[in-house]
Amino acid sequence: MLRISCPYCGVRDEPEFVFGGPTHVTRPMGDVSDARWGDYLFNRDNPKGPHHERWLHAYGCGRWFNAVRDTVSHEFLAVYAMGEPKPDLAAPEAGGLR
Amino acid sequence: MCLEYKGTVRTWRIQRMHRYSFLKVIQHALRGNRTWQPAWRDPVPQSGYDVVVIGGGGHGLATAYYLAKKHGIRRVAVLEKGWIGGGNSGRNTQVCRSNYFYPASSAFYDHSLRLYEHLGRELNFNVMLRQSGLVALAHSEHELELQRRWANAIHMNDVDSHMLTPAQIRKRIPAISLQSRYPIVGGFTQPRAGISRHDAVVWGFARGASALGVDIIQGCEVLGFDLSEGRVRGVQTSRGPIGAERVVMSVAGHSSVVAGMAGIRLPITTMALQAMVTEPIKPVLDATVISAAVHSYVSQSDRGEIVMGGGADVYNSYAQRGGLPIFRATIAATLELFPSFSRLRLMRQWAGAVDVTPDTSPIMGLTPVRNLYINCGFGTGGYKAIPAGGDTMADTVANDRPHPLIRQFGLERFTSGALIDEGAAAGVAH
Repeated sequence: MLRISCPYCGVRDEPEFVFGGPTHVTRPMGDVSDARWGDYLFNRDNPKGPHHERWLHAYGCGRWFNAVRDTVSHEFLAVYAMGEPKPDLAAPEAGGLR
Repeated sequence: MCLEYKGTVRTWRIQRMHRYSFLKVIQHALRGNRTWQPAWRDPVPQSGYDVVVIGGGGHGLATAYYLAKKHGIRRVAVLEKGWIGGGNSGRNTQVCRSNYFYPASSAFYDHSLRLYEHLGRELNFNVMLRQSGLVALAHSEHELELQRRWANAIHMNDVDSHMLTPAQIRKRIPAISLQSRYPIVGGFTQPRAGISRHDAVVWGFARGASALGVDIIQGCEVLGFDLSEGRVRGVQTSRGPIGAERVVMSVAGHSSVVAGMAGIRLPITTMALQAMVTEPIKPVLDATVISAAVHSYVSQSDRGEIVMGGGADVYNSYAQRGGLPIFRATIAATLELFPSFSRLRLMRQWAGAVDVTPDTSPIMGLTPVRNLYINCGFGTGGYKAIPAGGDTMADTVANDRPHPLIRQFGLERFTSGALIDEGAAAGVAH
């Protein structure tokens, strides 16, 4: 069972949350090639290690937030608000929103 | 490129020495069973091969086997990071079926099931295929309507399939509860579907490939590719560099990581798919039962264990262990269908790292890098595709063009948009 710290409600159990897939995926604007569009629609970083992703606290405050989670250990390395840039994991205040 | 093999006599000797038979069982028994040879050789990696297959799972081993057997390419190495049978080939639920909706999927998976039907004889290794059939349950009139469409499509694809009434399901599976929380209003069956012994399949392919001269190198992790002028020249491994004319990536959950080393981005999400078994009991369930609505599939292994699985954990994971919520949901769903199983103790629970594509169909064929081939994206259903995956990939590598059965499964469909959105792929997850 994952224990996820919602930046607004605190630490809650996994079943309260809905996983929202990778974050920081930017929709290409204007005329784009099929290759670029296909890359946006389908290709994923899918890293083995820290993964930047979105979560929705569906059965809580109902708000979206971003997180960095390790895909091997499942440890949450940082939690940050939607729209914020990727946190610097080396910095001591990483995950400060918690 | 030298694809000729000069060691025919040696190969013949290896094959002859290793052939299993009733007589061999008696002979070895009389010598106290101390004289059995290892099923495959443990060679030191050579400096170069015609074909290097990355990944010693079922698909990789089958690819190597068919390269040697059908295409005469025997300077082949299979590089396995861990050990044979330690990855998804030892973590699946052994289900073989071909009840797919689209003609492309149906043709490919039925080719696989047909190869499974003769695999024991082909490999001289009992893969214990038991075609006890698959029963997919419908819990509402709407689901039943969709199943009629599905069963008809399968039938039109020339694969055996027909509808079942609740009374027929009761007769077929006496232990099932028709009046569960979601009552069973019907279903359909593929009688030729079944289960086989997953270890036997990989061991059989490993032994068969080794006897034909393929080097199976365990404990050998690929760390990078040697690329020049847009083509692959070899691989860097934890046991040194290995040259290769052609390289096949067949690494399931780690496909994004390995393809990334060659600069290829894939439409894959790696997730944990878990399964579990109870203590062994006497025969009670002679079919694989799938319910999409309550999200579980159940069968009984030849050892008597009740094997259960459900959906994948929802988030990216390479952890090879399942989370508690899906674990609990799978058991709850199974016990609704089979209340009597609540008395059984659970023996083991585990998970594999599966490679899920946006359309739940596999990615097979050529890549943007010349002489580098890919076989991945089977997600939650790679086991049933092992023989066909190996057969078609071997043909693809030998002839440097996609085998006709996998032409529509190429990586380029994610640019062209010609997806094969196969809801039947997972069987339970849609």
